[in-house]
Amino acid sequence: MLVDIQNLKIGFKSRTGFHQAVKGVSLKLGTEKLGIVGESGSGKSLTARALMKLLPTQTVIEADKLEFDGIDILSASEKQMRTIRGKRAGFILQDPKYSLNPVKTVGSQVAEAWRTHKGGSKRAALEAAINLLEMVKIRDPKKVAASYPHEVSGGMGQRVMIAMMLAPDPELLIADEPTSALDATVQAEILRLIEELVSERGMGLLLISHDLPLVSHFCDRVAVMYAGHVMEELKASDLLSAQHPYTRGLLNCMPSLMHPKERLPVLTRDPEWLK
Amino acid sequence: MNRRFKSLAATLSSVLLTLFGLTVLTFLIGRVMPVDPVIAAVGDNAPEDVILRVRAEMGLDQPIPVQFLHYLYQLAHGDFGMSVLTKNPVATDIVRFFPATFELATAALLLAALIGIPLGVWAAVRQGTFTDQAIRVVCLAGHSVPVFMLSLISLLIFYSWLDLAPGPGRQDIIFDGMIDTVTGILTIDTLIAGDFDAFKDALAHMAQPVIILAYFSMAYIARMTRAFMIDALKGEYVITARAKGLSLTKVIWGHAFPTVAVQLLTVMALTYAGLLEGAVVTETVFSWPGIGQYLTVSLMNADMNPVVGTTLLIGLIYVGLNLIADILYRVLDPRVQ
Amino acid sequence: MNATFRNWALDENPSSRRQAAWGNWYRIWLNLRGNPLGMIGLTIILIFIGIAIFAPLLASHDPAAQDLANRLAAPSALHWFGTDELGRDIYSRLLYGGRVTLGMVIAVVVLVAPIGLAIGCIAGYFGGIVDTILMRITDIFLAFPRLVLALAFVAALKPGVESAILAIALTAWPPYARMARAETLTVRGSDFIAAYRLTGGSSWRIIFRHIMPLCVPTLIVRVTLDMSSIIITAASLGFLGMGAQPPSPEWGAMIATAKRFIFEQWWVAAIPGIAIFFVSLAFNFLGDALRDVLDPKGN
Repeated sequence: MLVDIQNLKIGFKSRTGFHQAVKGVSLKLGTEKLGIVGESGSGKSLTARALMKLLPTQTVIEADKLEFDGIDILSASEKQMRTIRGKRAGFILQDPKYSLNPVKTVGSQVAEAWRTHKGGSKRAALEAAINLLEMVKIRDPKKVAASYPHEVSGGMGQRVMIAMMLAPDPELLIADEPTSALDATVQAEILRLIEELVSERGMGLLLISHDLPLVSHFCDRVAVMYAGHVMEELKASDLLSAQHPYTRGLLNCMPSLMHPKERLPVLTRDPEWLK
Repeated sequence: MNRRFKSLAATLSSVLLTLFGLTVLTFLIGRVMPVDPVIAAVGDNAPEDVILRVRAEMGLDQPIPVQFLHYLYQLAHGDFGMSVLTKNPVATDIVRFFPATFELATAALLLAALIGIPLGVWAAVRQGTFTDQAIRVVCLAGHSVPVFMLSLISLLIFYSWLDLAPGPGRQDIIFDGMIDTVTGILTIDTLIAGDFDAFKDALAHMAQPVIILAYFSMAYIARMTRAFMIDALKGEYVITARAKGLSLTKVIWGHAFPTVAVQLLTVMALTYAGLLEGAVVTETVFSWPGIGQYLTVSLMNADMNPVVGTTLLIGLIYVGLNLIADILYRVLDPRVQ
Repeated sequence: MNATFRNWALDENPSSRRQAAWGNWYRIWLNLRGNPLGMIGLTIILIFIGIAIFAPLLASHDPAAQDLANRLAAPSALHWFGTDELGRDIYSRLLYGGRVTLGMVIAVVVLVAPIGLAIGCIAGYFGGIVDTILMRITDIFLAFPRLVLALAFVAALKPGVESAILAIALTAWPPYARMARAETLTVRGSDFIAAYRLTGGSSWRIIFRHIMPLCVPTLIVRVTLDMSSIIITAASLGFLGMGAQPPSPEWGAMIATAKRFIFEQWWVAAIPGIAIFFVSLAFNFLGDALRDVLDPKGN
């Protein structure tokens, strides 16, 4: 079991009080692809970041179990986390405009990921980086490696991120809204790339998104989150026969070319769901 | 490439315009004095015709715009007028005194950066904690003491009470006149001459004023570094760096700091101007023969040409430094298109 | 009594403009109260203003009364801070010196704030050639370190308190102009300004009645932070003999005359210096706290 989360709670202290953002989430992930779907504020991103201990120090994290491959994350020290981060679990962020270091070349950033965990000379790392860029289907990888993040497109930037996070050959890849900042045409390509690489390498994938159809297409299982809870968890193939009213509501809201509607329904939120 | 050249040209022409404005301002200052420069030159009791003659000689009987053009012409030829006190051309005096101030200000800037930047980074990383507050208070204290006060207290404690530091002046009397002036910077000249005793003596004399000036500027540098770093540490790329499994040191200095490093150059340029200002007072207290002391002594004797000349020089240096910082920013920061 | 005011001020749905305004100020005060350094600063400043105003009541001696037989005396029960080189009581001179400093600072702020604001708002509002010229002039003044330029100005005028005030004012206005211009530029395109224009408001009316007041909060923060610099510049001018002239008990001038005795009778110079330090520090603390409260994003 790569990821075992039981009853995860995440809260923030602010000047006005205490806000419980994640209210008891349980998930399990093996060598498979799990998608977490939810709207903004549902807590899906926080759950993923808590797993890698990338949340700010003032965050209050509690859980019955928060484990990566049997290692207890809650009690893990920074040092221990550094043996997990990068090397055993990769983390892709949303917008490469901000998630890539603006004053370093793309190639050096990928090379750094390689070199930190695999060692070797700088030159070897840079060559490996160029190979990795080729692997994520970037044409003219040498030129791109010498460019800066603001000089490449969004799609290319995400490919760079993927290359960077896969460089150390991790077992798990967490992708936090990897396509939300990209054009619609590029979104499917990037996800296809991720799926391909993850399958090739026998990795686990935790895909976080607000795009239900996208996630259902590329994942084995889907967990639907709302307001800090997991509403429903089911196989991607079973999605259309979902039981929970929230999931059904989401499905109903999606515009469809097959069944065009005059007006899209508005999702009614039932406070009953939060019990 | 063409766009870069255009923006550079725009900056340069803007700088030239500012420099022109500087000369106008200093000219006006020089002309508003209550003391008639002619009387200052020839004395109260000079006969009428002498006064008229000297007035014509000094060009003071011409209309103001003509006088201004005359002033510009003189400046272009490096003529800053004569000092009544030293009887030398102001330009010569400035050349003689500037290296001492340069030595002080540059050493202080290096020390201030060496201590201030890491301190600022540390405060940013530990934001909100006691360490951060403590550093903040130390910096605020640095801004709250007049430099002359710090200098006096330093002399009192380290020279008079503890006998750790030498007294005012640039070097002990026994070394006076023993070192050939090559650059005018004593620490370098003594090394060139191979005289290590004189070198140590020069360093010892420099220690107090440099440390005081450095403390003063360090406060500003640390505060700006802290502000920049706090912003930088909020960036998503910092999370990426951590997610890569990099050590905290690498994340802070290898990823966050490089994004602010170029902005710090502008901060250093501003700091240097502040150091020149601090030098004015520090040199007075430590009897340091630099342009600061030159300025204050001329002030106390209502000798306007040195005052105007030194002020103009300091303004020119500041504008020049800002220009250099601006150019470096364009060249070094890959984000600037 | 206090509770009812608090409830009224913090009402979530204020029923009048006045109530909303009071609510705003009260909230700011509450936030400020949570900042210990800021509170310390505020307390010291209030004490400073108090001793400046009540100097005649608090002084133990006439600050100008000389007693040459008792010069440079150490602190004692009679003279709490000792006497200076002319036998004058340092404690009393310190109090009266506070008056001079406070007066100078207020005079500078009164001169600088409106003029700086006006220039900045005019430049920001009209833009174009007016903006370019005004900003160029601002840049020229900013090219000189404050003390150096003030010294040059004072040298041109006659050394004295009035010249010092004018000189400091002439060097202090540029940052306010800059700041006002920045604020004006952000506000210039807003809908409510357009509304004023459409109802026939003249440009001057808009600038003075509507835009300038918007800059006041940032101005207050800036001024508070600047106070320390103004006080130190005034003291430095006094120290160099260019500001307040002896026998004025201005703190910088006191240090200037006491400089000769620093090694033996060090308290004569140290005590005014400590006073300057505390007042400056207080303003810095308060300004820092105000900045956190009013403009948390940092400027």
